[in-house]
Parts: sequence; C-alpha cells; structure tokens
Amino acid sequence: MTDQTQHIATPTSEPAKPARKRVGGGILGLTRKDFALLVIVILLTVLAPFLLNPFPTDSAMAQFNAGYPDLMQRFVIFGIFAIGFNILFGLTGYLSFGHAAFLGVGSYSCVWMFKLLGYNVLPGIGLAIIISGLFALLIGFISLRRSGIYFSILTLAFAQMSFALAYSVLSNPKFNLTNGETGLQVYTNDPQIFHNPATTVNAPHIFGLAMRETETLSLGRWDFQFNVGYYLSAFFMVICFYLAIRLFRSPFGMMLRAVKSNQQRLNYTGLNPKPYTLAAFVISGMYAGLAGGLLSAMDPLAGAERMQWTASGEVVLMTILGGAGTLIGPVLGAGFIKYFENIFSKINESTLQAWFAFMPDGMQDVVVAIVYPFVGKGWNLTLGLLFMVVVIFLPGGLVQGGQKIATVFRRDRKASGVEDDAAEQRQAGE
Amino acid sequence: MGILEVKNVGKRFGGLQALSDINLSITQGTVHAIIGPNGAGKSTLLNCLVGKLIPDTGSVSFEGKSVLGRKPHEINQMGISRVFQTPEIFGDLSVMENMMIPCLAKRDGAFSLQAYHALLSDREIVDRAEHMLEDMNMADKRNMHAAAMSRGDKRRLEIGMCLAQEPRLLLLDEPTAGMARADTNNTIDLLKQIKDSRPITIAIIEHDMHVVFSLAEWITVLAQGTPLVEDTPDKIKGHPKVREAYLGESAEH
Repeated sequence: MTDQTQHIATPTSEPAKPARKRVGGGILGLTRKDFALLVIVILLTVLAPFLLNPFPTDSAMAQFNAGYPDLMQRFVIFGIFAIGFNILFGLTGYLSFGHAAFLGVGSYSCVWMFKLLGYNVLPGIGLAIIISGLFALLIGFISLRRSGIYFSILTLAFAQMSFALAYSVLSNPKFNLTNGETGLQVYTNDPQIFHNPATTVNAPHIFGLAMRETETLSLGRWDFQFNVGYYLSAFFMVICFYLAIRLFRSPFGMMLRAVKSNQQRLNYTGLNPKPYTLAAFVISGMYAGLAGGLLSAMDPLAGAERMQWTASGEVVLMTILGGAGTLIGPVLGAGFIKYFENIFSKINESTLQAWFAFMPDGMQDVVVAIVYPFVGKGWNLTLGLLFMVVVIFLPGGLVQGGQKIATVFRRDRKASGVEDDAAEQRQAGE
Repeated sequence: MGILEVKNVGKRFGGLQALSDINLSITQGTVHAIIGPNGAGKSTLLNCLVGKLIPDTGSVSFEGKSVLGRKPHEINQMGISRVFQTPEIFGDLSVMENMMIPCLAKRDGAFSLQAYHALLSDREIVDRAEHMLEDMNMADKRNMHAAAMSRGDKRRLEIGMCLAQEPRLLLLDEPTAGMARADTNNTIDLLKQIKDSRPITIAIIEHDMHVVFSLAEWITVLAQGTPLVEDTPDKIKGHPKVREAYLGESAEH
C-alpha cells in the first residue's frame, strides 16, 4: 500500500538530483488526486437524491429507486461507520469483530441527550463521539494486548457482553440505562430541560429544523426528495472522509501501515506499536459512535440489536467488499450492502410473477421458483454469493473492479488512480 | 569501560543452559565479532542485548545505563540498532517510506500522534530520508515496493534504516546469511564504508569467516554458551581451541 509514493515525483532518469515536485500544501492540504476524490464524494452525496432515483415514480422499476430519505441516511451513516472501521482494519490489519458495540453506545448516548436536554441533535452527537471514544479506549486497551485471531475474539466477546448488558442487565427498574427489549426512547415525562414544545418541533432537529423534514421536487414523472437528516448526515460523512484522507496521508497513517507490515521492525526502530494501534482503535470507535449518534438523530430509538455480532460482521463485509485499505472502498461497500438489504429484500413472489409474466405458464413458475430464494427474505443469500465472487476475483474489492474497468477503457492500459496501490497491494496480499 | 558491558549473563531454557557466565566488553569505535559454532548461544546473547530476552542472571549496560527490563523500542531509542538475519523491513511500503519511518522515530520518539499534516509536506523528514537513500545508493529505487527488491538490496535498506537513527551501537546478526558471494562482498564493503565514515561501534555475529576476518578488529569466540577465547583476528585464526570448537577435532590432530 504505497499511496503516498506515487506523489514523490522524481523521474528515475535523474537519480542524482532529487527534483521533487510540490509536496503537500495543495488545496485543503490535499494532493490534486486526493482533492479530486473528495470533490467526487461531495458531488455524489449532494446529488444523491437525483442519482439514486433514476426511474420515474410510477414505473415498474420504481422499486429499484433508492433515493428516499430513510435509505439515503443509511448509506451515509453506514459509510461513516465503514470509513472508521477501515482506519483500523484497512491500515493496521487488526480485524475488530465488535465494532457494533461503539455504534450502539453512540446511539444510546444520543437518545439520552434527547431525554435529558432536548431534541437538538448536536449535544447528542457530541456525547456519542465522546462516550464511544472512551469506551473504545477501554476495550482497545484490553483487546490490543493480543493480535490476530485472539484480538478479533476479544473484541467480539466485548461486543457480545455489551449487547447482553444493554439487552437485560442495564435495564432493571432500579437502574434503567437502556430500556432493554423495548429500546431507549424519549417519553413525555422526560426532563428535556431545554425543550420547549411550544416553539420547537417535537422530534430531533437542528436549531429548529426537523430531521424528518423533506422537500419534494417533482420533475415530470420523477419525484426527488431532499431531506434535512440526510444532508446533515452527508455533511458529517464528507467531514469524516476528508479527515480520513488526511489521516491516510499523515505520518500517523504511515505508521499504521507499518504496524500491519512488520511489527518486529517497528519495535526495533524505536517505535512502540501499542499506542499507534490503540489510537487507531479509538479513532475508529469514535467514527462508529458518530454513526450511532446519527442513527439515533434520524430516528430517536436505540435498541440493543444495534450492538449484536451480526452488525459487527456487517461492517467487516462492507469494508472488504468495497476494498479494505482504500479511501472510497468502505463507502461504496456500505452503499452496496445497504442497497441490497433494503431493495432486494422488498422483492416478493408477486413482483417476480409480474416480471416473468411474459413467459409461458409452466416456465414462469419454474423461473420464479428458482429466483425466489435469492430475493426477498433471501437477499442475504445473494449478498453472500456476491461477497464470495468479490473476495475470490477482486480481493481489492469494488475499487479494484472499478480500476479493472477503467484500465480497459484507457489507452495506455496502465492503471494509475488514487486508490490503485492500496487495492493492488491487497490483491498481492491475498 | 566499553560502550556495552555484559557481566555474568546467564540464560536457561528449560533444561538447556543456553548462556552461562558471559562477560563481554565492546570497545567504543571498534568492530567486534562474536563467532561460534551452531548452538553456541550467539543469537540468544544478541536477543538479551536488545530486550527480546531477559537474562536470568547478570547485567547488560549500554553507556553505563542498564538495558535490562527495557522494551526493545526503548533500547533502540537509547542508541542501539539491530539488523536481523533475514532482512526485516516494511515489505508493504515503498523504499522511501521505509526510510522515512526511522527518520520519524529519531525525531519524534516512540509515539507521536501526527494524524493531520501531510507526511510529504514534512520537508525535514523527506530530505533526511532522501539523503539516507542516496548515501545507501538506493535513490533510484525510492518508489519500489520494498518486498520486491533483491535480498542484497533489502539488507542494504535495512542497514540504511538503522543508520538513519544515528545509533551509537549497531548490532548485526549474520548480515550475509544466505547471500550470494557478490552480495556478501557488497555488504562487507558497505559496512567498511560505514565504519570509516562515522563514529559508530559495530558488533557482528557471523558464521562466514570471510566476513569476520574482513571486518573484525576484535573477536570473541563462543562455545556452548560461554566465551572460549577473545583476541585479535590474527591470534584467533591459528588458535587451537577455536579450531577444536569449530572443526570438532582435538588439537593434536
């Protein structure tokens, strides 16, 4: 993974005189390529309501539209979650199987702020980041005493413990922190000391602007929805993405890749790998906490299932599917999985019958019977197969797939994009 | 008083007494070779010097300060660098990045959280690393993946990385093991050049007598975990005890 090296632009023809080009200090402190990537991400998030709604509202294909607020919010929130996870897993190679714990802690913290202070989301999001960071410090301090599979198992154990705590232990009548099975939510008798129902909306808001508020733009047969919650989450995601680029290109980022590459050498170079991995763990825990806080800000209900191991596994899938160690990969992976979860799962038997209605009767039933297990409730099956295909043929994830396609269309057939090295490296490592 | 003082060091692994009663003094500014047949305890001794193993008895001190109980990275920060038998470099990183890491370690210590400013805008580190690469004659390889280089080049890079930290003591564990003759000779030349160009002390563990007699100014012979003799290379060459230990023949033969 030598993302940086390609920018040390010294032609090999003149090795004696290192004529470096401008280094660093570009726009927003990013190199031109990184800045281009950031601009692409900004454009994608800003224009998402259009891009994700390619089909007219009344058409048969409308069910493949993903441009509705609830799903778009999930895209960017889980994008944040995956960007953070990638800082730990993609750079240091430490595979945490318990990251959902931080997501859950963030969610609970945010709802508690709603209950105590009021419905403005900013205190909740702030507290979510702080508490999950502290929680990550504790879990990381203990789990990072081991590496490899033992580290993964320790994090998994911690996350399952947190789940059990949230689900039952911490929801007894004497001390009800999580409200157990029901999930933590805001009740009318909660203090909400800064909340004035007469002047502000009775739902999560930012300075009076409710998260659920949606503006619909109708253009011909298309409806495009612009949601406050989505744009707030997207704003946070862009910030997170920018900070992740800075981190990837910083000395700290290089040290994290060095941890993955050779801890022995790092030790004997006078560097202590432990604080580096712990810092990465805490940073990625804070990203997860922010994601959790935003989930609660969009829908003020925090349940323990958010901490379950399946949720931890999901972010691992997102990161690997998109391309671990690349910048944009985790965001793509998160979008991909959330799209499947929400769109493929909605296809039911009658939809299939309608699609294949053009076939002769017997054949239609056979085709529907074959396809049916892969859609609707079986969307996990399709996702599993896709995941296998990606891991086997594209170990660098979707980013590597994108590069392969780009290479085909390029004349010189020489791949050289921002993300190439990381994805190639990943492939070489498999 | 040498730069490194080893006193009465002993180390036992289960039923095996790997080292017993080792006394060793490495004089500042010399090349000190530690030789001995397989299983003599050379590597165990080296591991005791860098903090990978803790000796059961005795003391090890560097420039008058004890190294015992310190972690490898702390010992490194005291001024001891180590080159491994198989080159240990950051294979996933570029040659340039490999060189920047020790430069950062030298300047910023064992840990520093610089997660925001761009690495490549840090002129001091970039210049220093490039300077070191030129010193090592590797400037043309700066963008290569370190893992893709030949073994000789990896060794050269590893030594360069150690030197970037300006250590006062450089420990080499069989630096030419598994190398072709040409690479071995290159490494010998490199080490000679290093020795002549800076005030550094070198301790070298080596099997290859060609390397030992090309470089060493003082030789300690280990056998069965204990020092057999120590002397200048000329004296060691014809020493009957050494021949016996190495060739398994008694002196009368």
